[in-house]
Order: sequence, then structure tokens, then C-alpha cells
Amino acid sequence: MILEYILQLADDALIMGHRLSEWTGHGPILEQDIAITNTALDHLGRARSLYQYAAEIFNALPADKKTEVFNSVAINTTVQTGKAIDEDDLAFLRDVRDYRNMLLVEQPNNDWAYTIARSFYFDAFCYYYFGFLCQSSDATIAAIATKSLKETTYHLRWSSEWVIRLGDGTEESHKRMQHAINELWMYTGEMFVASSADSAIAQAGICPLPETVAAQWKNKVADILQEATLTLPTGTWMQQGGKTGVHSEHMGYLLAEMQFMQRTYPGMEW
Amino acid sequence: MTNNKLNKNEWPLWEVFIRSKAGLDHKHAGSLHAADAQMAIENARDVYTRRMEGVSIWVVESKQIHASDPGQSESLYEPASDKVYRHPTFYDLPDEVKYM
Amino acid sequence: MAVQSFQEHFDSLIDRDISIEPKDWMPDDYRKTLIRQISQHAHSEIIGMLPEGNWITRAPSLRRKAVLLAKVQDEAGHGLYLYSAAETLGISRDEMYEQLHTGKAKYSSIFNYPTLTWADMGAIGWLVDGAAIMNQVPLCRTSYGPYARAMVRVCKEESFHQRQGFEIMLTLSKGTEVQRKMAQDAFNRWWWPSLMMFGPPDAESPNTEQSVHWRIKRFTNDELRQKFVDVTTEQAKVLGLEMPDKDIKWNEERGHYDFGTINWDEFWNVVKGNGPCNKQRIDARKKAWEEGKWVRDAAMAHAEKRKQKANNVQAA
Repeated sequence: MILEYILQLADDALIMGHRLSEWTGHGPILEQDIAITNTALDHLGRARSLYQYAAEIFNALPADKKTEVFNSVAINTTVQTGKAIDEDDLAFLRDVRDYRNMLLVEQPNNDWAYTIARSFYFDAFCYYYFGFLCQSSDATIAAIATKSLKETTYHLRWSSEWVIRLGDGTEESHKRMQHAINELWMYTGEMFVASSADSAIAQAGICPLPETVAAQWKNKVADILQEATLTLPTGTWMQQGGKTGVHSEHMGYLLAEMQFMQRTYPGMEW
Repeated sequence: MTNNKLNKNEWPLWEVFIRSKAGLDHKHAGSLHAADAQMAIENARDVYTRRMEGVSIWVVESKQIHASDPGQSESLYEPASDKVYRHPTFYDLPDEVKYM
Repeated sequence: MAVQSFQEHFDSLIDRDISIEPKDWMPDDYRKTLIRQISQHAHSEIIGMLPEGNWITRAPSLRRKAVLLAKVQDEAGHGLYLYSAAETLGISRDEMYEQLHTGKAKYSSIFNYPTLTWADMGAIGWLVDGAAIMNQVPLCRTSYGPYARAMVRVCKEESFHQRQGFEIMLTLSKGTEVQRKMAQDAFNRWWWPSLMMFGPPDAESPNTEQSVHWRIKRFTNDELRQKFVDVTTEQAKVLGLEMPDKDIKWNEERGHYDFGTINWDEFWNVVKGNGPCNKQRIDARKKAWEEGKWVRDAAMAHAEKRKQKANNVQAA
């Protein structure tokens, strides 16, 4: 289960980084183009560390167990050759159903307000959650979390400030920001719902359940929204499924683009 | 330092000063645009310290900088040129004198 | 001082290889030429983000993705440094954008060619950045201080760009047959446009003499182009790729490689706006700028509100 758990974290980071990287070259101003790319790089770096760890764990599995982990043909074909898998196999050879990121991070950029709202919800979660992960009994996870926490602290500051700026900026920016906050709200519940991997990990004493940080998260969000003169959404219906591989339709397109090289030219070094 | 004729709403220009490591002075690194001081510091972090160039950042709005007039450089700086006695090498000491 | 003596003072600084700084008197033509050259250079960095940027989401490995992201981000930084240098001459970044968006300002034509395969990321790094570095290194000693300082920073950061491109090409040329062909194809497509990057031949480049005198330019177009051909031809051997020019031949007497005739019609045609991607590139920049307007306005409005609040607190 630890493998699935690490993939959850890794997939969140990769997909989030992917979405942010779509802004590179298209940001609202040069300075922010550079800023958002820095954040994309942080997420990508985190994803790589986690995939490398996941690959290590996967490669240590007994041969018969290895073919039971994933549904995707591409990665299983590689596994069957007996070759050890690496970070790229995990990123590029798994199909939608094998991806475990939450629905929130795969949502499209739409505009700067959406992008900020998505980052803000996610950064606030990571900020509190990685606080716990730093103390994980798993040394590798703890080390990755410690590094990530520093990055996330900055990400949260950046996204919070933008929520405030846009919320309490012009009439138009206020409207757009509130709209984005509302629209993405239904994807926030999933962060705190334990997947079977989350539960198993908590039981093993490796990390606490994600719901542990729910109250802190909500307080932070409420505080920032208040400062931003925005209204905290009240909807209670929450979408979920990403953590178990049931994604939104956006995910297929995202992967088609991201994985096209490895799928078109299988087994080559780049 | 620029007057934007097109858009009054252009983010102001800031000058960025970076301390590259503890114990050194802040040094002018370049400039950038930001809506306010806080954002200027963060933009400076993202623009000018991507390669571990700094441990501390100062920003100041460019229009707040007052500079000496190059037209006056002769009167400002040249009078210092004949004060060689301000420099230690002006003084001849016997070789036996150490640590001075 | 009368204009005459300003001019004499300026000339003497230039002659003695001393930097000109923003507050120094400078001839109008010098200022105009610099604004044109620096802003063109900045625009090239910003437009240059697009052909590579569109491969960020498709990079074939996570390592390559990280490198490409960092590289395209560097280009944004370089554009920023250069716009800042131009701003010291009394033009705003917004005005420069306006010139870019309306087609009044030019940028390097090479970015009007499409990036079709992953090997293009290699070819761009190796050839386009290689040519750019050759153009840029002499500019670290250019006469205008802010420009020279910006270029020092640019060149320092740029040094990994060409290497990563060459590394991509090397990996491809040592890879499968499909990959080797991909590399050769990219080389073939980017070679001639890279040679054009150095600008028209000296005989047809009217600004060269004045610019060399002002140390805005330190070598002529043809000098740099020759140097590029000499260096790149040797590097292509390491990659085991075939030169896309049948006329490349070592000339013992000149101590240089001779090379074929550049299609200057194509060059001027692309400069005029008829390249395969001129329209897409400008459209993409305009779109980003226009769609970013409400964001920039909101940030200013918020900063203003904050200032007001702080003033009110102080007044109370």
C-alpha cells in the first residue's frame, strides 16, 4: 500500500506542475511568468523524488506481484521484460485509471483566477499535511516532505496573496476570483477523504489521515477569503474519485499530451 | 525612471539589491516591475535568485533613487585624485616593520 | 556645456572604451539605435519562449522536462533584464510591447519557424543558442553600461542552454535509427535559419559601421557567421551528422570553412512577416498580454487600496 500512497503524492505533484507549466510563456506579466514557472519546477522536482522512491519500492517486489499493481498495458509490458522501472516509466506509461492524483489538480487553468484558486486550495492542504509528513516514520517520505514544506510555504504565500489581490482588487477581478473559488470548491473535499492507501498508511503509523488537517485548512481558507473580501462557499456536495483512478475527462487529454513521446517511440532513451 | 505614456496603470519599476552571502553588502542586481513592495521582493526572489545568488533582498522603487549628475563629475570626483596621502601605499616604511 | 562639447565628451568616452551610463549625455541616434537593438533582443527572448515552450508539456522524460522548463524560464528572465536595460533609456516596457504587438518592432526571425519534433529542442539549443551566444558574448563589453551588465548576466545563464541542446542531439544521434533520422532532420531544417540569425551580409548592412564604432556591435555579421560555421561544422562531426550544405569545405588558405549561398529571399520574406509562424507567435503574445490585463489592473488597484489604508492608519 505504501507504493500506492507514494504514487498519490507523486501524481498530485506531477499533474499540478504540468498544469502550472502550461502558463510558461503565457503569463499575465513577465515577472509572474517566471514566478509560476518556479513553482511548476518545485512540483516537478517533488514528483521526481517521489517517483524514484516508488520505482525503488516497485522494483523490490516479487516478480508475480509486479504485474498486479497496474492496469496499463504499456507499463506492464515493460515490467514483463524484467527490466527495472524508473521515474519515467511511472510518469509516461500509466494510463488514466492508474493515476491517483486528486481531481482538483487536473482541473484546467482557464484563467489566472482559476489557476490561483486551484493552487491556493492545494497549497494550503500541502502546507499543513507536509507539516505532519515531515515527522513520518518513513525516512524517505520525511526527507522529501521536509524539502517540500519549504517550497510549499512559499507557494501558499504566493497563492494567498493573489487571492487577496484579486478578491480585493477591481470589480472584475473580484467577480472572477469568487467564481473560481466557487467552481473549484467541490473538488476540495477529496483532499480529506482517506483512500484505502491513506488508511493503510495511517494504520501502519507512517502518516496521519488527511482529515487530520481539515480544520486547519478550512480556517486558513476562511481567513484568506475574508481578507480578500470573498465569500466562503457553502456547498457540501464534494466530487471524488481521483485518488482511486476515477478522473475527470480532462485527465485523458492531459496524459495524451504528456505521454505522447514515450507512447509513439516506445523504449527509447531521450 | 520611465514615464509610461501609454498606460498609467503599468506596474512601477523597482531596483533590486541582493546580498549574495552573509557578511557581504547588498549589491545592485537589476530591476523589475511589481505592484507593491511585497510583490517586488517576491518577484526579485523569483527573477534574481534562481541560481542561489542571494540570502537577502532589498527593493526600492526606482523613482525614489536620487543620483549624482554626471555633468558634475569633474567637480565631484576629481578633487579626490590628488589626495594620494589617503592611501597606505603613500608611506615608505623600512622592511623590518611588520604588521602595519 | 554646448552640444558640441557634450558630443566631444561622449566621443572621448567611446574612444577610451569607457561605459556610457543612463544619465550621461548621448547623441539621439545612439539612444534610438540602442533602444531598437535592445528591445529587439528582448522581444527575441520573449518570442523565443514560444517554439520551445510548446514542448514543455510533451517532453519525453521528466529530466528533460525540468531542463526545458528552466531554460524557457531563463529566456523570460533574459527578456526581463533586457527590457529593464532599455527602460533606462526612457522607454517603458508597455511601449515596447506595443511596438512588438503592432509589428513595428522586429525580433529574431528564427522563432518564426515551427518546432515539429523533439529533436528541434536539441537543434534549437545547439544551433540557435550557439549562434545567440556568439552574438552575445561580445556584447558583454558593449558601450552602454546597463546593456553590458544585462548581457553579462544573460551569458552566464545561457551557458547551460547550448550544452543541454547538444546533449539532446548527442543522445538522439547515439540512439535508434529513428532518433538519428529525427536529429538529422532537425539539423537540416534549423541550419540555414541559424546562419541567417547573424543578419544580412556586411555589404548590405548599413548600420554595421556606425554600430561597431559605438561598440554596440563588436564584430560584423559576416565575421560572426564564419566563426559559427567553423565551430559548428566540427561539432557536427562529433554528433556524426551530415552537414546540410553540400558546399561546406575547408579552405586551407583562408583558415576557414567555405559554405554555400544563403537564401536571403527567404530571410527577407520571413522578416516581412511571411514566415510559417509569424502570425501565431505575435497572436500568442497579444493574447497573453490582453488576457493578463485584468490581472495587472487588479494588482495595481489592490496596491492602491493598501496604500490608502496605510495612510489612513497613519493619519488617525
